[in-house]
Amino acid sequence: MKKYKYQLIALFGSALMFTGCGNQNGESSSNSALASNNAEKVYVAPGEQDEFYAFMSGGYSGNLTVYGLPSGRMFKEIPVFSQFATSGYGYSEETKPMLNTSFGFVPWDDSHHPDISQSKGELDGRWIFINGNNTPRIARISLTTFETEEIIEIPNSAGNHSSSFITENTEYVVAGTRFSVPVPQRDMPINEYKANFKGALSFISVDPEHGHMDIKFQLMMPGFNYDLSHPGRDKSHGWFFFTTYNTEEANSLLEVNASQNDKDFIAAVNWKVIEEYVNNGGGELMPANYAHNVYDESTHTATSTMKKEVLTVDPLKVPGAVYFLPTPKSPHGCDVDPTGQYIIGNGKLSADLTVHSFDRMIEAIEGKKFDGEAYGIPILKFEDVLAGTVKSGGLGPLHTEFDGKGNAYTTFFISSEVVKWKLGTWEVIDRKPTFYSVGHLMIPGGNSRKPFGKYVVAMNKITKDRYLPTGPELEHSAQLYDITGDKMELIYDFPTHGEPHYAAGIPAELLAPKSKKIYRLDENKHPYAVTSPDGAKVVREGNEVHIYMSMIRSHFTPDNIEGVKVGDKVYFHITNHEQDFDVPHGFAMIGQNTSELLIMPGQTKSSVWEPKKPGVWPFYCTDFCSALHQEMQGYVRVSPADSNIELSWSLGD
Amino acid sequence: MKKASIFMIIGPLLLIGLYFFPLWNIILGAPQYPEPLGMNIHIDGIRDMNEFDLKNIDGLNHYIGMRTLPKPEDMWEFSTFPIVIGGMVALGVLIGLLGYFGKLSYKWFAGWFILMSILGVLGMYDFNAWMVDYGTNLDPHAIMKLANPDGTPMTYKPPLLGHAKMLNFDVTSLPETGAWLMFLGMMLTLLAFYLGWKNRNSTTQ
Ligand SMILES: [Cu+2]
Repeated sequence: MKKYKYQLIALFGSALMFTGCGNQNGESSSNSALASNNAEKVYVAPGEQDEFYAFMSGGYSGNLTVYGLPSGRMFKEIPVFSQFATSGYGYSEETKPMLNTSFGFVPWDDSHHPDISQSKGELDGRWIFINGNNTPRIARISLTTFETEEIIEIPNSAGNHSSSFITENTEYVVAGTRFSVPVPQRDMPINEYKANFKGALSFISVDPEHGHMDIKFQLMMPGFNYDLSHPGRDKSHGWFFFTTYNTEEANSLLEVNASQNDKDFIAAVNWKVIEEYVNNGGGELMPANYAHNVYDESTHTATSTMKKEVLTVDPLKVPGAVYFLPTPKSPHGCDVDPTGQYIIGNGKLSADLTVHSFDRMIEAIEGKKFDGEAYGIPILKFEDVLAGTVKSGGLGPLHTEFDGKGNAYTTFFISSEVVKWKLGTWEVIDRKPTFYSVGHLMIPGGNSRKPFGKYVVAMNKITKDRYLPTGPELEHSAQLYDITGDKMELIYDFPTHGEPHYAAGIPAELLAPKSKKIYRLDENKHPYAVTSPDGAKVVREGNEVHIYMSMIRSHFTPDNIEGVKVGDKVYFHITNHEQDFDVPHGFAMIGQNTSELLIMPGQTKSSVWEPKKPGVWPFYCTDFCSALHQEMQGYVRVSPADSNIELSWSLGD
Repeated sequence: MKKASIFMIIGPLLLIGLYFFPLWNIILGAPQYPEPLGMNIHIDGIRDMNEFDLKNIDGLNHYIGMRTLPKPEDMWEFSTFPIVIGGMVALGVLIGLLGYFGKLSYKWFAGWFILMSILGVLGMYDFNAWMVDYGTNLDPHAIMKLANPDGTPMTYKPPLLGHAKMLNFDVTSLPETGAWLMFLGMMLTLLAFYLGWKNRNSTTQ
């Protein structure tokens, strides 16, 4: 029997070779899963756990999804910028302020680039940051609770794209603007863009203990488009590099007009020099209006504060702070290798990769070898800073990560492939197709000083024939490559939610042990919490009714409430009394114009209901919590507005 | 006799461990509890093995109508046992000291051992009786009333020692550090008696 099986596999394998390897240079059947035990490499047996966490941005979903590697299993969606009906984020009365902005309540965004906090250039797993691209914001998410703890809005910015990348010791999270805009915003002709628009690069300091964010300064750069960025590492720590496009400063039909210059720039910013300048009183305070939203874990409540000014810095006033490195051609990715020596500019309209040398850049600066200037900022000579060029023959390089063994991996959007090449010699070692149109790729820790170079995840924009069709819209696809050998091996692909632009990966052993299991009831400082069922009560304040409710398997206290009237605003403040891992309860009220709540053990959340009709209306637990989950329910009696029925409540009568 | 008396002093002192370490441990494991729930029985009360275990055990037990686990003030045992143990330690040490100075016969060592054994057996008997009551005296309004195959109401008495299957739970009941120290201490007093007996003629009695 066994013998036949092998024959079948051999037959099947050779069939794949003829049908499936058209774009494999006819090399071998090395990407045949059957022939190479790839199934084993990604199989995580029931009860076993993945080796890495992967955090993928949601793009237009506005959130962050958590996957396991190598299994590709999705563990969680973390609500960040967008409404999320599963847990009522944005509808829980306490967390609504998280989505406040200077434009009002904005319950959606376009989340692009997650980055995990670092210490000494290595992932420390305390927080993960992610940018809101559309309404410029940066969010900080706790990696113990996997909840969004803080969101800061970025003024003077638009298209917050070259974000949210983090310096070696999480000193700063950067938020660079993709669209330059008038600063301050004003009514002016669009075609007077040139020289009038500004590109703000915001440096947001991170409190080392609590992670709290604050805009330390905004560098007011010429009106280019700042696309992606990367902090220096190791020897180049203290510098930040930003790719630019549209150095033409066109304001219309950019696909042509912003693609005229043969070279755009990588802006090299010495933030340590600017920090010193600012610490000595430099910079200019400018009126601004932006929201700073903070979630407090002990009160389970968010507050939103409007900030009124921001410190701006004119780069010309800080000599030695900013230089331009000419880079072909409309570079997208801007990536620094783990040693900090090489700055890789991926010219998305070119076939080659341009690699700058940090040492040569410093030499050129010291030797004042400039090739003119742009808006007063010195331009270094291309040949003086160039370390080498990767002649790849691919098309449209986008983004590069590193395996920590001297190799780099670059995605090519137009030719849909991942190319592995060697740092220093610039030779291409391997290339593998992706399915299809790959954007960013990710190696766990691959943008830090210490990559965990076991897997590459490629994030594709187009899915087409990879999975069963689901109508015109398909979820995007991620592809997993084993990179432990000389050649990359495609071992798995899996769908992803939203449009993942970038991802951050970290070994599970760095996060799993400190992941929180419950919120402690004895640390619950929510003003409406009831920490003992005896504390349950209903209080009327004018036309507001506040219900202090507790829940535990499998009942609410109280479960019968009378004396509510049409026109009242009824607040359910519900505390989950469980102190057991993974026992949330849900809450939903009939006809409520919000979503359900999901309340974690020890947590308090509030929900609003405005009853419109007299009657006896049920509420229930939405999370199947126990054998008696169906019994976890209650009623609110609603009387006409002019009724004089007294408030009363009960359980078990 | 001096050597025997030293063992007789050390032995009862080991019982002091009962004030710091649990006497008994009961673990409830099930597939949906990859980290099992457990309770540690100390001489002055029942405590969590991991934080919130008692709360969660009570939460499960209420489905089948078991009472909540007793707080120290709910049972006379938890105030009496520490006094009894303290008394036995003091008595043992006193006997040992008097033996050391030749004021007492080694036979007193056995006397202490026998008294301690009787108290231990009584303690076990009491513990078992409590578990029988706890596991069979169920709330008549219990949410779930389960019957054995022969039609009699199911009871939930944990095993006094060893493993038992209760519904989907594996229940394991074993002595803990405090009990082992007590056992070792009692063995030392037995050894003291033996040494005293062996040397009964060589010393001045
Ligand atoms: Cu429930």
